[in-house]
Amino acid sequence: MEHYLDIIIRSIFLENLPLSFFLGMCTFLAISKQVKTAMGLGVAVLFIQVITVPINNLILTYLLKPGALAWAGYPDLDLSFLGLLTYIAVIAAVVQILEMVLDRFIPTLYNTLGIFLPLLTVNCAIFGGTLFMVERDYTFPESIAYGFGSGASFFLAVVCLGGIRERLEYADPPAGLRGLGLTFISVGLMAIAFMGLAGLEI
Amino acid sequence: MAESNKELLSRSVFKRNPIALLVLGICSALAVTGQMTTAFVMSICVTLVVAFSSLTISIVRFQIPNSVRIGIQITVIATLVILVDQALKAFYFDLSKQLSIYVGLIITNCIVMGRAEGFAMSNPPIPSFVDGLGNGLGYGFILMSVAFVRELLGSGSLFGYEILQLTTNGGWYVRNGFLVLPASAFFLIALLIWLLRSIDPEQQESE
Repeated sequence: MEHYLDIIIRSIFLENLPLSFFLGMCTFLAISKQVKTAMGLGVAVLFIQVITVPINNLILTYLLKPGALAWAGYPDLDLSFLGLLTYIAVIAAVVQILEMVLDRFIPTLYNTLGIFLPLLTVNCAIFGGTLFMVERDYTFPESIAYGFGSGASFFLAVVCLGGIRERLEYADPPAGLRGLGLTFISVGLMAIAFMGLAGLEI
Repeated sequence: MAESNKELLSRSVFKRNPIALLVLGICSALAVTGQMTTAFVMSICVTLVVAFSSLTISIVRFQIPNSVRIGIQITVIATLVILVDQALKAFYFDLSKQLSIYVGLIITNCIVMGRAEGFAMSNPPIPSFVDGLGNGLGYGFILMSVAFVRELLGSGSLFGYEILQLTTNGGWYVRNGFLVLPASAFFLIALLIWLLRSIDPEQQESE
């Protein structure tokens, strides 16, 4: 149990997807002007991350790994080169299905997350989570923990940035720095602040 | 399309730079800029993928049904990225280890999708190819400038060759450890955006 808790804490604070790996930057910067919308986006990422990372883990273990197809009578087959294509297809499909299911059964949640869902197909944070899972050879339960942790890390970062940017509205920076430039600098400072947590261990 | 191919090329490198103005594809831009070598390889990979995906999509643009176009674009892009990834793994294994997941992440790089959707779907193959090339180079331009500062001042070297002799090797230059950290890339890009927008005030954001 401790091991899984360690994966979660590590992925939230030490290996924060946007702040230390720069993943999901485009959406991270574009949709963080207000805390409210930032929260919607954060929840959507968390949701999809928890679903897609374990699914891709299953696909990797039972279909793509060298020797994974032994149960179907092809012990020598190595399909890992198809990985990238498969993962992105799975993510796109899950996003689409989730959108339909939410629309049908939980309309309130759909109204909050609705606009963000299609965006997330091409969000590097989602795809990056899967790729890190592959690179680090997580087992199935580990991948659930990692999916949750990495989703939560995005949530945390985007909500914090939303709060900071709401305050920055009142600032008066040089014209060329207004908007994007200033946001970059705030994110940089946040990244440094998160580095202070390095060495945290359970 | 009144613009010539040359204009298309230079326009996307400076005036409409994908990173500085349109804020696309920054994820990888920040992560691989610790060294010139990785930034250089990454720029080449992205340029190749953008140019050829634009070319391919533009050639088949009349055959693509509108409702499934995103899926088709992603399939084309993912195939190209797999080719690049496999080639890197086969010929430059060390580099592909260093770039780790960021080569795979070219698939979700918004520049590639953005060009496919915004330009290649409505233009003939040759201009699309040139436009893709220009955007790849514009991306590379920013990547290389950031990497130049980070490697030169952070480790005292360029492309792994020592330029400023470090104090640890008996030289005079005390290396700036901050620039090796990932966070420094945020500040450098902010400064770069500031510079580009001061030169060309049209790009500034209004209140």
